[in-house]
Amino acid sequence: MVKEIERVGIPVVHICTVVPISLTVGANRIVSAIAIPHPLGNPALSKEDEKALRRSIVLRALKALETEIHGQTVFEK
Amino acid sequence: MIRVVHYINQFYGGIGGEEKADVKPEIREGVVGPGMALKAALGNEADIVATVICGDSYFNENMEEASAAILEMVKKYNPDLFIAGPAFNAGRYGVACGSICKAVKEKLNIPVITGMYVENPGVDMFKKDLYIVETANAATGMRQAIPAIAKLALKLAKNESIGAPQEEGYIPRGVRKNVFKSERGSKRAVDMLVAKLKGEKFETEYPMPDFDRVAPNPPVLDMKKAKIALVTSGGIVPKGNPDRIESSSASKYGKYDLTGVSDLTAETYETAHGGYDPTYANIDADRVLPVDVLRDLEKEGVIGELHKYYYATVGNGTSVANAKKFAATFAQELVKDGVQAVILTST
Repeated sequence: MVKEIERVGIPVVHICTVVPISLTVGANRIVSAIAIPHPLGNPALSKEDEKALRRSIVLRALKALETEIHGQTVFEK
Repeated sequence: MIRVVHYINQFYGGIGGEEKADVKPEIREGVVGPGMALKAALGNEADIVATVICGDSYFNENMEEASAAILEMVKKYNPDLFIAGPAFNAGRYGVACGSICKAVKEKLNIPVITGMYVENPGVDMFKKDLYIVETANAATGMRQAIPAIAKLALKLAKNESIGAPQEEGYIPRGVRKNVFKSERGSKRAVDMLVAKLKGEKFETEYPMPDFDRVAPNPPVLDMKKAKIALVTSGGIVPKGNPDRIESSSASKYGKYDLTGVSDLTAETYETAHGGYDPTYANIDADRVLPVDVLRDLEKEGVIGELHKYYYATVGNGTSVANAKKFAATFAQELVKDGVQAVILTST
């Protein structure tokens, strides 16, 4: 799905847990997530801390969208 | 006697379903679950001395630690052969089988083999490194998969020469082997062309590989003015799943209106995805589709706007062809709606 969106000219960032799959399939901008059942969450944290965590991942994703890249790039913390 | 260690996941190990996908690896003596059929298929030349069981989510979320721990366990049994799965179309399981086979092959230097459906992500990741027996896309294919795996496994263990993929039943690894043909190439090419022109069947000697890479698009220049859209394969849908998106092998996607929505709650949204423990997403779907954070960022002016529609499907076992079709269709709408960037979340 990521490639079809990229194909129409829209930059897309893939937030996913199993980064190797995303790389193999061919996503260009990749941000790694927390866990499979809660990629943008952590039920062990308080609601506030969890939301802050989610916000940090989303901000990293936005940064990826604002970054010029020349090939597949995984955006680490 | 060929000593075999078998690797399976928490489900086939009888530990549990998705709610146990986070179990750490353990090793047990002898066979567990499908190992019994595998042992029978291997006959009296080989013996499954131990079985490793590991949670699919645990392995995928902790690949290095899990591999290291499992290698230590496997080493102690001094195996001559390592068999993983079969994983059929289970993505995390296929990735785990491929990863651990590759690690065992490299670190313990013994033959390894696994089996999975051709669209399993584990195939594209590992087909170059491993013999992956081609299986059906569901465990209903276990009865065919086991003998095929056992047969090739014994050949590998006995260091016999391995034939072409079609003969031996494994997924082509992209290895080219030079052979002599009785007729020369020019004649074979002309024969093929004549057959093609006549509309008759012919078989290519070399299928063109499909690289399908898309070059990255330029970045968003002014995020403060940008319209961002959310897409997910995590199956987040309005409560009640009004479009009845399937929990596995989705045949459709949904387009949902976020007007007036600043936060996804247990009362208003849920996950339709059957391939991960839904507990956390059902309590707070923002954990998969971060609407709450994007609304905050919209209010704060960090982004221009969160697009009013989001698109969702269920990635669990959904065919590549379908996923491609869905996205190719809604991508056109994203363009028409002036969306400048997309955040796609997956579980």
